[in-house]
Amino acid sequence: MPNFFNEMYTDGATDVRDHYREFDRWLSSQSAKTIDRKRAEADLIFRRVGITFAVYGNEAGTERVIPFDIIPRMITASEWTQMQAGLVQRVRTLNMFIHDIYHDQNIVKAGIVPPEQIFRNAQYRPEMQGISVASDIYAHIAGVDIVRAGEGEFYVLEDNLRVPSGVSYMLEDRKMMMRLFPELFARYPVAPVAHYPDMLLDNLRSVAPVGVTDPTVVVMTPGMYNSAYFEHAFLAQQMGVELVEGQDLFVNDNQVYMRTTRGPKRVDVIYRRIDDDYLDPLAFRSDSTLGVPGLLSVYRAGRVTLANAIGTGVADDKSIYPYVPDMIRFYLSEEPILNNVPTYQCRKPKDLSYVLANLPKLVVKEVHGAGGYGMLVGPASSTAEIEAFRARIIAKPDGYIAQPTLALSACPTFVESGIAPRHIDLRPFVLSGKTISMVPGGLTRVALQEGSLVVNSSQGGGTKDTWILEN
Amino acid sequence: MLSRTADHLFWMARYTERAENTARMLDVNVQTALLPQAPRAAEEGWRATLSISELQSEFDQKYPKFTSKDMLHFMVADTSNPSSIASCLRFARENARAVRGALTTEVWETQNITWLEMQSQLSDNILEQDPSQFFEWVKYRSHLSRGVTFGTMLQDEALYFIRLGTFLERADNTARILDVKFHGAGAVPSAAKLGNENQHDYYYWAAILRSVSAFEIYRTVYRDAITPARVADLLMLRGDMPRSLLACLYHVVRDLRHVSADQNSHTLRMAGKMHAELEFARIEDILEEGLHDYLTDFLERVYTLGNRVSHDFLVPLAA
Repeated sequence: MPNFFNEMYTDGATDVRDHYREFDRWLSSQSAKTIDRKRAEADLIFRRVGITFAVYGNEAGTERVIPFDIIPRMITASEWTQMQAGLVQRVRTLNMFIHDIYHDQNIVKAGIVPPEQIFRNAQYRPEMQGISVASDIYAHIAGVDIVRAGEGEFYVLEDNLRVPSGVSYMLEDRKMMMRLFPELFARYPVAPVAHYPDMLLDNLRSVAPVGVTDPTVVVMTPGMYNSAYFEHAFLAQQMGVELVEGQDLFVNDNQVYMRTTRGPKRVDVIYRRIDDDYLDPLAFRSDSTLGVPGLLSVYRAGRVTLANAIGTGVADDKSIYPYVPDMIRFYLSEEPILNNVPTYQCRKPKDLSYVLANLPKLVVKEVHGAGGYGMLVGPASSTAEIEAFRARIIAKPDGYIAQPTLALSACPTFVESGIAPRHIDLRPFVLSGKTISMVPGGLTRVALQEGSLVVNSSQGGGTKDTWILEN
Repeated sequence: MLSRTADHLFWMARYTERAENTARMLDVNVQTALLPQAPRAAEEGWRATLSISELQSEFDQKYPKFTSKDMLHFMVADTSNPSSIASCLRFARENARAVRGALTTEVWETQNITWLEMQSQLSDNILEQDPSQFFEWVKYRSHLSRGVTFGTMLQDEALYFIRLGTFLERADNTARILDVKFHGAGAVPSAAKLGNENQHDYYYWAAILRSVSAFEIYRTVYRDAITPARVADLLMLRGDMPRSLLACLYHVVRDLRHVSADQNSHTLRMAGKMHAELEFARIEDILEEGLHDYLTDFLERVYTLGNRVSHDFLVPLAA
C-alpha cells in the first residue's frame, strides 16, 4: 500500500495518536469474545429495527444492513473547528452561486465560470430563472463529502446539494455505540448529534413561504422500495411530520394539499427526497408517477417551499466542482478553507490528453454520476478495465472528469482477519435557512475491501460512528 | 392523518389477524386428524378449510392429488398463495414498513421480528415435525402485536384504524370458522345433543371451541354438554366472548364513531345496524332460518362494510 494517513497511529501500526490512546487502552482490555458478541449484537439490532437499505438491480424489496464498524472515527476539536468554518464558507457560496445563475449571472459576466458549463448542463433548470425562493436559499440540506490526506489537510470530494442521504446512519450509529459501549462515553467528551432532527425541522420551518406563520412540513419519499426509504421514514418520525408520497398530495387553487382522513390539509414546506425529474409530471418527466401534477406552478408562485430547491444539481455537478474555489473568492472575497481536489476536465483537449496518458494513476468520474457507479479507480483496475473506460472517455470526453488518486486516510476497522486499516471519508450535513448550522459530526463511511477507495454503501461500504471530541 | 397511512395501518392489522385465524383454523384440522377417522373424512376436513378460504380451485390447479402435507405447505408457507400465513405476515410487515413512522418503535419491531423469525422457522422444517407448535407461535406473535399496539400507541386515529382492521377481519374469520361445519348442511336442530353415535362431532366442536380459545369459556358460560346450537350462540351472539361476531361489531361501531366526522354517515349506520341485529337476535331463530345462509349473508355485509371504510377514509378522491 502507498503511504496514507492513519487516523489512529502516527506510524500506521504501533504509535497511538494522543486522542486515540484512551480508546486503545480500552480496546486492549476487551476480550475477543466480548467484541465478537457485541458486533453480532449490533448486526442483530440493525436487522430487528429494520435499518436497511434496498439494493438496486436486485429483485424489488431486497434489503440489506449496512455493515457497521465498532471502532469510532475521531476528530479533534481544533480540526472540527477548521472543517466547520470551511463548510459554512463553502455552502454559503454554493447557495449564492445558485441564486446568481438563476438571476443576474454575475459570475458568468465576470468570466469566472464559462456560460456553457451552466446553461448546457442537464441539471440547469430554465424553469427556475428569475424565480424567488425563501431567504434565497436553495440547498437547505447539503451533504459535503470530505476526505483527509494528511494532518489538518482536508479535501472536498463532492458537494451533494440535491437529496443527500446518510444522516439517519449518523444518528443510528451513535445510538448503537452508546448502547453497546456506554462506558466509552464516560471516558470521552463526544459531542452529541441527536438533536439533528430538531435542527432540521427548525430549518425547514424557517424557509416557509412568506406570510405562513405556522407552516406544515412534510417529508416526501418516492416510496418504500427506494434505497433510502428507512431514512425518509426515520426523519419524518423524528420530526413528527407526515411522510408523504406523490399520490398523497394534490394541487388545488394554487396550493398544495395532502389527502387525510379528515379531508385536505394544506402543505407549506416539502422536504422532498425525490429527484427534480420526478417532481411534477406536467413540468418534467411526464411518465413520473411519483410526483404531483401542478407542483411546479405552485412553487414558482412562491406558495410552497421545496427543500432542496429545484435546480440545485447544477452546482454540485462534477463539471462545476473545479470552479468552487474561485466562486468563494468571487462571492465572499475569502480564500477557501477546505481544499478542492485538482481536477482535469476531459472536455478540455489539453486535460484530455493528460488523462488518457495517465489513466492508471487517476480516478475518473462521470460528470453526472453518483453513488460510486460509473467510475474508474485507475490504480485498482485491470488493464482491460482501463481500456474499456478509455473508449468511453474518447467517445464522450465532456462526460468525464479525472482527479489524481488521493491517499485517503484510513482508520483501523474490524475485518475477517482481525483489525486492519481501511480507507474512510466523512459526510457532514450542513443546514441552510435563516442561518447556517450543523451538528458536530457526520457520517463516516469506510471501504471494507483492502485498498479500496470506494466507500459507497451500494458498493459494499460500511459506516462508523464519528466522534467530534470536545475540548 | 394521511389517508394512505390509515390504509396501511388498517391492512397491517387485517393481515396480522388473518394470519392468526388461519393458524387457528389449520390447527383444528391438525388436531382432528389425530382422531381415528377414515382418510376420506380427514380430506374433507382439509377441503372445507380450503373452501371457506375460497382457495379450492387454486389448490387443485397446483396439486392435482390431495395430500395433507401439500395442503399445509400451501396454506402456511406458499408465498404464491396470497392467503397463506407466510404471505399474510409478509403483507402485514410491508404495510407496517410503509408507515413505520406512524407506529411506535415497539409495534414496528414486533412486526419486523415476526417476519424475520417466520423465515427461519419455516426453513427449519417445522411443518413436518410439529405444525401445532408453529401455529401456536403465530398466535402468540399476534397476541404480542395486539398487546404492544394497545400498550404503546397513542389513542388517536392511528389506533382506531388498526382496531377497525383487526375487528372487521376477525368478524369475517369467526364467521368462516363457524361456517366450515354448516357449509351446505342446512338447518341444525337446535336441541340436538351430541350422543355417543356422534362422538366424532363432539371432538370436532370441541376443536372449534379450542381454535377460538373458547373451550373453557363454553364450560363457564353454559355449564352443560356441548351442542352445536350453543357453540353457534357463543361465537355469534355473546357480547362477552372476545371473538364473537357481536363483540367484533361492537368494536367496529365504536372505532368508526371515533374516526367519523359525520355521525350519520351511511357506513356508520350500516355497522350500527349489523351490531343491533346481532345484539337482539335469538340463536333459535337463526338456526330455524338456516345458519349457513345467515353466515353467507353476514360475510357479504362485512365485505361491503370493509369496502365502505376504504371508500370513506382510506383512499378518498381529492376533495
